[in-house]
Amino acid sequence: MKDRPRVHDFDWSLLAIAGTISAIGVIEIYSSTHASAMAGMQWKQLMWIGIGLAGMFLISRIDYHTLLDQAPALYLIGIAGLLVVLLLGFSRLGAKRWISLGGIMNLQVSEIMKLIIIIVLARFFAEVRTDRLTLVDLLKIGVLTIIPVGLILKQPDLGTAMVLVPVAVVGALCAGIQWKHAAVGLVLVALLVPLGWNMRRHLKPYQQQRIQTFLHPEEDQRGAGYQILQSEIAVGSGGFWGKGFGKGSQNQLGFVPVRYSDFILAALAEEQGFIGVCVVLLLYLGLILRLVDNAQKAKDRAGMYVVMGVTAILGFHVLVNSAMVIGYMPVTGIPLPLMSYGGSATAFVFLALGLVMNVRMRRFVN
Amino acid sequence: MPSWNINDQKIPQGRLALFSYLSATFVVLLLIGFWHLQVMQSEHFSDLAEKNGIRSIAIIAPRGAMLDREGRVLVDSYPSFSILLLRDNPKLLERSLPQIEDGLGIAKEDLDAQLDAAKLEPKFLPVIIKPAATESDIAFVESHRADLPVLDLMMVQRRRYPRDEMLANTIGYVGEISPQELEKNPDRYKPGDIIGKAGLEKQYNDQIVGTDGMRRVVVNSVGKVMRTLDNVEAIPGRPIQLTIDEDLQQIAENDFANKSGALIAMDAHTGEVLAMVSRPTFNPNDFAVRIPGKQWAALNSDPRTPLLNRAIQAQLAPGSVFKVVMATAMLESKALPANYTVYCPGYATFYGRLFHCDHAHGSVDLHKGIVASCDVYFYNVGKVLGIDRIDQYAFGLGLGRRTGIDLPSEEPGLVPTEDWVERVDHHKWYPGSTISVAIGQGAVMVTPIQLARMIAAVASGGTLIPPHLLKDATGLKSGSFPLSDDTVQQVTDGMWGVVNEPDGTTSGLVKLQNIDFSGKTGTAQTESFELQNKLGKKLKENGWFVGYAPRRNPEIVVAALVQEGGWGSTSAAPIVRDVVKMYYDKKNGHLPPPASTADNLPPAAVHPVDMTAGAQQQ
Repeated sequence: MKDRPRVHDFDWSLLAIAGTISAIGVIEIYSSTHASAMAGMQWKQLMWIGIGLAGMFLISRIDYHTLLDQAPALYLIGIAGLLVVLLLGFSRLGAKRWISLGGIMNLQVSEIMKLIIIIVLARFFAEVRTDRLTLVDLLKIGVLTIIPVGLILKQPDLGTAMVLVPVAVVGALCAGIQWKHAAVGLVLVALLVPLGWNMRRHLKPYQQQRIQTFLHPEEDQRGAGYQILQSEIAVGSGGFWGKGFGKGSQNQLGFVPVRYSDFILAALAEEQGFIGVCVVLLLYLGLILRLVDNAQKAKDRAGMYVVMGVTAILGFHVLVNSAMVIGYMPVTGIPLPLMSYGGSATAFVFLALGLVMNVRMRRFVN
Repeated sequence: MPSWNINDQKIPQGRLALFSYLSATFVVLLLIGFWHLQVMQSEHFSDLAEKNGIRSIAIIAPRGAMLDREGRVLVDSYPSFSILLLRDNPKLLERSLPQIEDGLGIAKEDLDAQLDAAKLEPKFLPVIIKPAATESDIAFVESHRADLPVLDLMMVQRRRYPRDEMLANTIGYVGEISPQELEKNPDRYKPGDIIGKAGLEKQYNDQIVGTDGMRRVVVNSVGKVMRTLDNVEAIPGRPIQLTIDEDLQQIAENDFANKSGALIAMDAHTGEVLAMVSRPTFNPNDFAVRIPGKQWAALNSDPRTPLLNRAIQAQLAPGSVFKVVMATAMLESKALPANYTVYCPGYATFYGRLFHCDHAHGSVDLHKGIVASCDVYFYNVGKVLGIDRIDQYAFGLGLGRRTGIDLPSEEPGLVPTEDWVERVDHHKWYPGSTISVAIGQGAVMVTPIQLARMIAAVASGGTLIPPHLLKDATGLKSGSFPLSDDTVQQVTDGMWGVVNEPDGTTSGLVKLQNIDFSGKTGTAQTESFELQNKLGKKLKENGWFVGYAPRRNPEIVVAALVQEGGWGSTSAAPIVRDVVKMYYDKKNGHLPPPASTADNLPPAAVHPVDMTAGAQQQ
């Protein structure tokens, strides 16, 4: 047993996988944008990766037990942050400047909320200390989760709000959900989907639109349905071997929507083909398996829940984004972690990996 | 140590392993999804990707020019732009319409009507919303490439008629191919193609139409052209040279001014049409750009029928010009002796009905009958000949049947027979009708071109020339209706007298010095009561004159009709004289030679306008 965590104990293979995916992302961002007015984007992305790495080292230094100790405070801070964003968003006082500032903040607060929910739920599950969650436990988890989800939905940001749910679900599964509860939960979801469908009038117009175009993509050719169609065309036309770096017409001519961000996998699929997609998805699978391995080797359950929270969010991102690119899921604005261009999203992933490193580094520490 | 931090629980390895398997399963499912698109449907999507980024732009081939016999340009083509509206994205289209209406100055109703009209066509076919874009229209489209991707420019070739109304009814006009025409020729044409709709434009469409080229370009998601893939140049249509002489045409057009009627001048040996006028007329330039519906309806329903080519389509009573047929029939059939004489008191009675003459001519023989155009003389000739024999000669000399000129829609006219009357009017031929026909009234109807050919035939001993407008026409065949020299001599002497003798109907008004100008006048009642009712007034007589020179084996024959012109001698004859005079002035070198020559035909130029360059200027 060591008495002190060391950077030496970082999960270097996990970092290598993450680094490889990030590199592929940067290269694809370059390919997608070098011939357009947005040329040079890859440098910004590299900068964000650097900031993310620095954040990762920083967060790994703070013992996750310390973080979990502060969970209630962190939770309250996160909720308060979300409320501030909402109030600023609704206030008429600040005019545009406040709203735009609010826009940036809400993005950042939501990303921070992802980290907070991981810590809060890890703390909760660790505290329950059981292999059979009671109904009361489940309700508590539900309340803890639903508050930030609701607040983020209000912003409105359906994608980020949805991302919080898997943390609770995966945590509950690991903590030992009872089969009957799981079954009831599944039935409830099955019932809620059609109910939600009937309540769709209460959704924001853009959300209605997205659901509508997901179900009938051919009806709206320039909206979200057009995006899905163009994405599918890009993916499909890539074929097995791909059209080659910088040679995807869908990508280069701008038919693929936000090809450097949410649809970067479509851009890659067009230029690198099925082979390229296999490499990327297998890298992501490697990333997930490596994360689960870290969960399995965690010193305690608290650490395991932290790692599985990170795994749940990243896995959900990859699944939903990839499925969206091939038209199996509606467009929800969930980026592909590490590959999609975006400052706060990239920083979040590295911070989350920092939590994992944090747990790993302390597995032998007493 | 806080309660949550008591490490009394083992890590649930099994559940975590389950999560690993679950993740692997999801990845496999996703890969199956990608496989489905990238391997199984790869061709389908490659096809879609290609269509997405590649746009085919037709390079319209210009139609061949039309030149007069000396190579002067009567019709040509020039490149211009049309504005297209792409319809494959209905929502975007809907949103863009107000801005387009503003920017291009198109009324909402007009735009809606155009979109309505194209509703049943496939959505990927764009609609031409502005056939002739101005410079500011083009600038508008170019500057709104990003926010109005539904607009596009197409280079087109437009027909130009530099002389406007001149020769319009003969040249005809062009227009967008109709669905019916398209159905007949699906391989050759595509929707929106411009083809000849009337006149020479229609007749020689196959010669002058070019072959469109095609340029394939790569466009980005907002329709901006990125680069050209390949380029199949358009093959311009070949020019055709006409037999028309612009100088003769011009003088005839000037003489007609605002009169109504027609003129045809032909080379009396070859049948080459030297001039052809029809009034009222239209400006074919109006058709070169898509003609507005209202204007087309107005032209088409105008009771003055400006679209009709009267030289070949007006079917009217020939009046006294028909007496040339009567004289020929009388002499050739020998039904009457050549020196047959009649006394004219100014009228005559046949079958209990009174028939008038202009005035009392006294004793009239055949020569005087023609020169002074005595009706009573020819009433008697007609009575003796009978309708069958009159028909035989009228038909033989080319009346009542098409001349076969190379123009669409020539009318046959009518030479009434006993059979025809029984079939149409369901009664026997009235003998009195023969008396009317004898002076070119009644049911007999001819076209100006028939009269010109008939007179040329009589003056040349019975050769029916083949009228044509294409200079290099091949396979022309003259008809023949042989006449004896005696007949030709007597009848042509009479026609020479009409112009040159003191008691001729032209009263010596149209005599030409040093030219053996001859001809026959006609002043025909317009029997179309229907037309009179339509116009709400009684019409004046139609004036005819068919002139030729020299008096036998003529070089040139000119028929003129001035509707409601009154006497042929004063209305039509001076026009014919001017044309014949111009013909001889040119022949005798009294006019400066024209600048361009027939040997040096300018090919119609193709100007494929580089849309790529335009797009990149933004």
